[in-house]
Formats: sequence, structure tokens, C-alpha cells
Amino acid sequence: MDLIWEGLRKALELLLALDPEVLRITLLSLEVSGLATLISLVIGLGIAIPVALNEFPGKRLVIALLNTGMGLPPVVVGLFVTVLLWRNGPLGFLEILYTPSAMILAQAVIASPIIAGISLSALQHLPPGLRLQILALGASRPQMVWLLLKEARLPLLAAVMAGFGGVISEVGASIMVGGNIKGQTRVLTTATVMETSKGNFEVAFALSILLLVLAFTVNALLTHLQQRNRPR
Amino acid sequence: MSRAAVLEARSLKVHRGGVQVLDVPVLDLRAGEVLALMGPNGAGKSTLMLALAGLLPLSGGSLRFQGTELGARSEREAYRRRMTMVFQDPLLFDATVAQNIAAGLKLRGVPAAVREPAVQAWAERLGIGHLLARPARQLSGGEAQRTALARAFVLGPEILFLDEPFASLDAPAREGLLDDLGHILAETGSTAVISTHDQGEAARLAHRLAVMKEGTLLQIGGLREVMNHPQDPFVAAFVGMETLLKGQVTASGEGLLTLRLGKGLGGHEVLAIGEARPGQTVLVGVRPENVALSLQTDKTSSARNAFPGTVAKVLPRGPFFKVELDCGFFLAAYVTAQSLAELGLAPGGSIVASFKATAAHLIRREGLDGEV
Repeated sequence: MDLIWEGLRKALELLLALDPEVLRITLLSLEVSGLATLISLVIGLGIAIPVALNEFPGKRLVIALLNTGMGLPPVVVGLFVTVLLWRNGPLGFLEILYTPSAMILAQAVIASPIIAGISLSALQHLPPGLRLQILALGASRPQMVWLLLKEARLPLLAAVMAGFGGVISEVGASIMVGGNIKGQTRVLTTATVMETSKGNFEVAFALSILLLVLAFTVNALLTHLQQRNRPR
Repeated sequence: MSRAAVLEARSLKVHRGGVQVLDVPVLDLRAGEVLALMGPNGAGKSTLMLALAGLLPLSGGSLRFQGTELGARSEREAYRRRMTMVFQDPLLFDATVAQNIAAGLKLRGVPAAVREPAVQAWAERLGIGHLLARPARQLSGGEAQRTALARAFVLGPEILFLDEPFASLDAPAREGLLDDLGHILAETGSTAVISTHDQGEAARLAHRLAVMKEGTLLQIGGLREVMNHPQDPFVAAFVGMETLLKGQVTASGEGLLTLRLGKGLGGHEVLAIGEARPGQTVLVGVRPENVALSLQTDKTSSARNAFPGTVAKVLPRGPFFKVELDCGFFLAAYVTAQSLAELGLAPGGSIVASFKATAAHLIRREGLDGEV
């Protein structure tokens, strides 16, 4: 127990000192995971909308695949993205392995199915007659899709939160495709792993607290967005 | 009713999962008329309505709106902006009442300065003017359906489709809304199609009545025409013609028939209106509201048909009671609570039932000695 209290005390000292390296790591975490979530929102809705609005053979299979994708292990994603981006790999010409771009790519692969899966279920849970009602009010197809998304805004924001939560906390993929390079690809999770393995528990604690505060702040912001204008 | 057809449907066919669920050869909707669709669940009322509204892919047939064939997608989209539809579920948006009523206008790009007075006016006309700022999810069922109707009427639709709009409402909300809707439809001269299970609703709102079964139109015609002259027992049951009597014509002339009921029906003679030849077997129907009950045969009454019988069942039917009688044949009558008490009607009691010859309508006739 002493170790924990001592760690927490030193962690607070570090945080209050506002170490520039710690600040950079935090901002990079926010940038990588934020961008990955944004990209995943576009991809996720791009998948969820057509799947929710159309009937086609194999629809159940697609939904099952998406739901499986929601539990994609980050290390598996890390492995595949690494192989893809490897110098001789199919995307090797991009030369982005061990850069933040590679981390964004890997995190987008992790978050996209999460956002797609939750968004799909959100759209499928709207009243079945709502689409016809919107069309009967004279909406064009794009207008109809926009109104459906607006109606599903609460669970859609939950999808964004789940996607962001999934990538801000993952370490496997980030360490594999980013390499935890100081000043370049080191983020809160990879730094925590490293400091812990070095025995610098107080630094690891400080980073962990920052990670929690970051996740809380972003989610509090999204929750505020989600719950405003809501009666009761 | 020789006004121009607003909507002409020809050979409408809809398939679902390889099964034909709608087959309507001809249906015209005339300007300013209210057409009621009746039929049991699964008869295809909603399917027909969605097909007429252009909201359902057709597997065959054509739709013409104001003389223009609705073929291309662009024409269907343009049509969708000239009609609108209200469903059983109000399907309101998660927004305020005002935002809901304004939704269709907003989709059409109508500026707020034009939108707001129109929203206000229709909200007031439907009695929800004081609820404009309220979130739709806090409304009662009746208020929600009023919002849905205001959202439809504010668009000034050239055709209004109403798919069982009162089916989920409790009786008081339903009554009030029926009255208001009746007035608004009449005042605006709206062309409308309404589907309903309830013959009372149809009778209060519609000019014409169509009865559906298994995706087809069994009968369509003027309200009184269909109510009084159902073409077969199924339609008769659906429009509330509860008593059907089968017998052989013994005399006829000047539109009046005398028929003798079969032995199993007590062998009574019944006078009815209609044309048939003596010897023909016919089916006549009597609506329960046209049957009068009394304790003795009333010699002064103009009712030509009077039958003593016993009360079999007394069933409450909202504001009145349905009395089922055994007069040798089955006869149903409606009475008020007051009459029920005055006549002391109870199962097993004796009573005299009477109805005019003009209340007994010929429904079907068969060839000589043929089976009906």
C-alpha cells in the first residue's frame, strides 16, 4: 500500500510541475485518438447507414461481422497494420510506420467497427415507421438520413464515446506501429507501460492519472452534448 | 361526385417476400372526397395506402397524380411534397411541438418568418396552441396525434393519407379528435384517404367507403350504398349489418319483396326492399340500429315486420347496448341504456322486435332454388 500512496504523492508533484515532456505525451494522445475517432465516425456511419437502411442478402452476416469487429484485439490490429506498413508491405510506400499517422490508422481500424456497430443498432432501434413518416413529410433521401441521425443522436454520441474510449486506452497497437519513440510517438499508454517496466511507478501513476482525467474530460464534454435540451 | 380524379391507380400490385399482398385493379380518388378503407388486420389497408402515397415499391401497375404518370424517381419525389401521411403511431421527432409541426415546411426550405405563423395557426386549430414549447415526448396520446395532424395539415397537402390515426387513442381523446378532424376536413375541402377498423369513424368522416380483404377491394361505393347494400356477407359483417336472413321470395313487385325464411328460421315472412323474382333464394340484411324493440306488437307502427322473440344476450357497446334476440332466427338490435331499463331487457325475457321493410336490404340473390 505504501508504494501506491508514495506513487500517488509523487505523481501529483509531477503533474503540478507541468513537465513539458508529459504535456507533449498527453497532447499527442489526444490528437492521435481524437483524429482516429473522427475518422472512425465517418467510416462507421458510412457503413452503418447503408446497412441499416437497406435490405440485402447477407445483411445478418455483415452485422455479425461488425459486432465481432467491435471486440477486435488491438495487438492483432497492430500486427496487421505493421505488416501492411512494413517497408516491403503493400502500403510500405507511404513510409508512415513508427509515426503518429500509423497510430491513427491502427486506432481507426479498432474504433471503426465499434462506432459502426453501435450506430447500426441505434438506427435499427428507431421506430420502423419513422423513415416512411419522414419521406411522407416530403424529405429527399439525404434529408431523411440527416433526420434519422438527429433522432438517434443520443446513442450515436454513445458510439463516439465508446470508440474514443476504446482507442485512448489501447496500448498494443500503438506500441507496435508507433514504437513508443520519445518525442515522436510516445503516448500516455505506451509511456505508462514503459515506466512501469522500468520500475518508475510514480511516473507511471502520474501518466495513468492524466489518462483518466483526459478520458473523463472528453466523455464529460460529449455527455454534456448528449444530454443538453433533454427534459427530466 | 363527378369531380376530376386527383389520383388514379391502375392494376396496383405489391409483393412481399414473393407473396402478392395487394392487387387493386382500379381505384380513383376524386378531388375533395374522403375515402375510408375498412377491413380486418392484414387486409392490406396500410399497404394500399403506402402504395397510393408512393412510399412503397410497386411490383406492377401505375399511379397518375393530377393526370401525370408517376414513373421516374424525380416525379415520385415531387409527388411526396404534395401529399402527406399520418400514421397510427404519431412518430413525432424528439423536439418541441412547434419544431415538429414545422418539420415538413423546413424540409421544403420555407423561411421561419412564413413558417411560424402557419405553425401557430394550425396548432391552435387543433387545440394544441398552448403546447408549442413543450417537448413532444411529454405529450399525451391525443396531444401527440393532434401534433402529427397539425404537422400534416400545415403543408396544405393535395392528398392526406390517414392510416388508422385514432386506433391507439382512448375513447375521450378519440371522440374529440374525430369531431375536430371532421370539421377540418370539411372546411378545407381536403381530399383524404383514411383507414379504420371502426364503421362509426368511417360513417362520420367519409363520403365513400371501400372494404378490403386479402389485399383486394371487395366493394367500393358511396358510404350509404356500402353500409346498406353490402355485396356479400363478409362486407355486411364489416360494415355492421349484423343480421342476415336467407329465404325464398314468395311475392315481389314495385321494389318490394316478400320472402319466407327457411324452416330452421321459424318459417317467418319478411318484407324487404329489392328486386327479385318469386322462387329465387335471396339474402337480406338488417342493421341493428334499424330494429325497434317493444313489449307488445304495436298496431299503429309503420314497421311491417314484427316478430315476437326472446332475449339471448345483452352486450354493452359503448354508449348503447346490443341485444341479441332469438325470434326463430337471429336478430340484433341496438338500444339505449334507458330503453334497456324501461323494457326490462334481460336474457330469457320476451320481446317484440320490429323493423321497416325499407330497413331490410337485399344483399344477394341466387337462381331459382339455388343455394345462396
